[in-house]
Amino acid sequence: MGTLYEDIIDYGGEVFGKEHLETLRECVQCGKCTGGCPSGRNTAFRTRKLMQMALVDMREEIFNAPELWFCSTCYTCYERCPKGVKVTDVIRTIRNLAAKEGHMSVPHRMIGVYVMKTGHAVPIGPAQMELREAVGLESQPPTAQKHKDQLEQVQTIFKTTGYDAMIDFDWDTMNLKGMDKGGKK
Amino acid sequence: MTEYPTEYAYFLGCITPNRYPGIEAATKKIFKEFGIETKEMMGASCCPAPGVFGSFDMHTWLPVAARNLAIAEEMDLEIYVTCNGCYGSLQEADHLLRENPKLKEKTNKILGKFGREYKGTTKVNHSIVVLHDFIGLDKLKERITKPMNDVNVAVHYGCHFLKPREVRGHGSSETPYILEDLVKVTGAKDVDYKDKLMCCGAGGGNRTADSVQSLEWMRQKLVSAIEVGCDCMVHPCAFCHLQLDRGQAEMEKPFGVFFNFPILFATQFLGLAMGLSEKEVGLDAQTTKMPEKLLK
Repeated sequence: MGTLYEDIIDYGGEVFGKEHLETLRECVQCGKCTGGCPSGRNTAFRTRKLMQMALVDMREEIFNAPELWFCSTCYTCYERCPKGVKVTDVIRTIRNLAAKEGHMSVPHRMIGVYVMKTGHAVPIGPAQMELREAVGLESQPPTAQKHKDQLEQVQTIFKTTGYDAMIDFDWDTMNLKGMDKGGKK
Repeated sequence: MTEYPTEYAYFLGCITPNRYPGIEAATKKIFKEFGIETKEMMGASCCPAPGVFGSFDMHTWLPVAARNLAIAEEMDLEIYVTCNGCYGSLQEADHLLRENPKLKEKTNKILGKFGREYKGTTKVNHSIVVLHDFIGLDKLKERITKPMNDVNVAVHYGCHFLKPREVRGHGSSETPYILEDLVKVTGAKDVDYKDKLMCCGAGGGNRTADSVQSLEWMRQKLVSAIEVGCDCMVHPCAFCHLQLDRGQAEMEKPFGVFFNFPILFATQFLGLAMGLSEKEVGLDAQTTKMPEKLLK
């Protein structure tokens, strides 16, 4: 484990490219990101502060702040940054690092549960099948939820990358570990 | 006249087919009307949501998106979508994989476990861009049988339709025009409002992390549209639709108010103007109800 900045470049760089995330170093703390942030208008989330905290390696403070999860990834800051800092992708990478260290709420973990169980973050049920029939569509779309062999491919990806272990997914109960005993974390 | 495919693979995602099938029905019907054929993507999964899975583990987000792209490649077709989340995920994944051969190799190692491969041979289109750029405003105008005269529309873009502009390629995200053009073609008035370019509040796991806080941004946005006399909101995103429509019911308890401000996906709005019924485009089955003005 290096500094938070180094970890951002290493972990996120593999997907976004190192140069893309190294733009973080260009931040001059002008605050244009915070000024246009819809979350900042309503919550204690301050984009400029987050960028500075990342640069001075305040890993634990960032990872433990609920505000880290109040960014809606709207890209307003990303588009407007006069120094070309790829802010939204820096934030997504920081969230990845936080999640890897266990900083992930139960509702957020549950989104992964739905996808591993059905292939979809928002699965279909009987009531929605009726809605489909009412507009003349087949009751169930031919997606991964309908085709077991296709769903297994999606599950293979989650197993291969270790996403299942990251959220404490239990393949026997097809739920988060301990949820049958009233939940955890 | 731009050459464009007359057959597409429709990437459904989750919310369109599983919560608001009226969006799927309206889009398929309109495309058919203009001679565009829609093929189903057998086995497609969640895109997966860019602000959510991209925030939790991008190394899982990418291969799941690549698998969806590979399904369209196997069909030898370009993709169209009806959700900005799907647009965001699939187009971004395609962009990243095209730019980085090492990343493509790593991703294909995972897809190879079940005999699939991402090649980089499809293209991800938003259905609204297909309507605007390919079918075109002239052809659309010819089919308007129930003009939306006297209807004031608040256009809502959502975020991942326009941003990041370096990937989306629809010009400035501060001065957009695509939805405005589509609204005006029906005879309706596109009305500017204070929070027009603001996010609906749902993305990035925000709706899941703190729903009341996320609903508060939406409340502000809706108020700013209602204040200037808008009759409804027209948008291009199934996920925004969930927040803006169902969210209005969820707002009732914490805020003690129900706006019943009509929310329409762009093809539902166009569908009404082209003579489709409220029921045919699923608008009778949602939280916010359509006023007579939109249905006459």
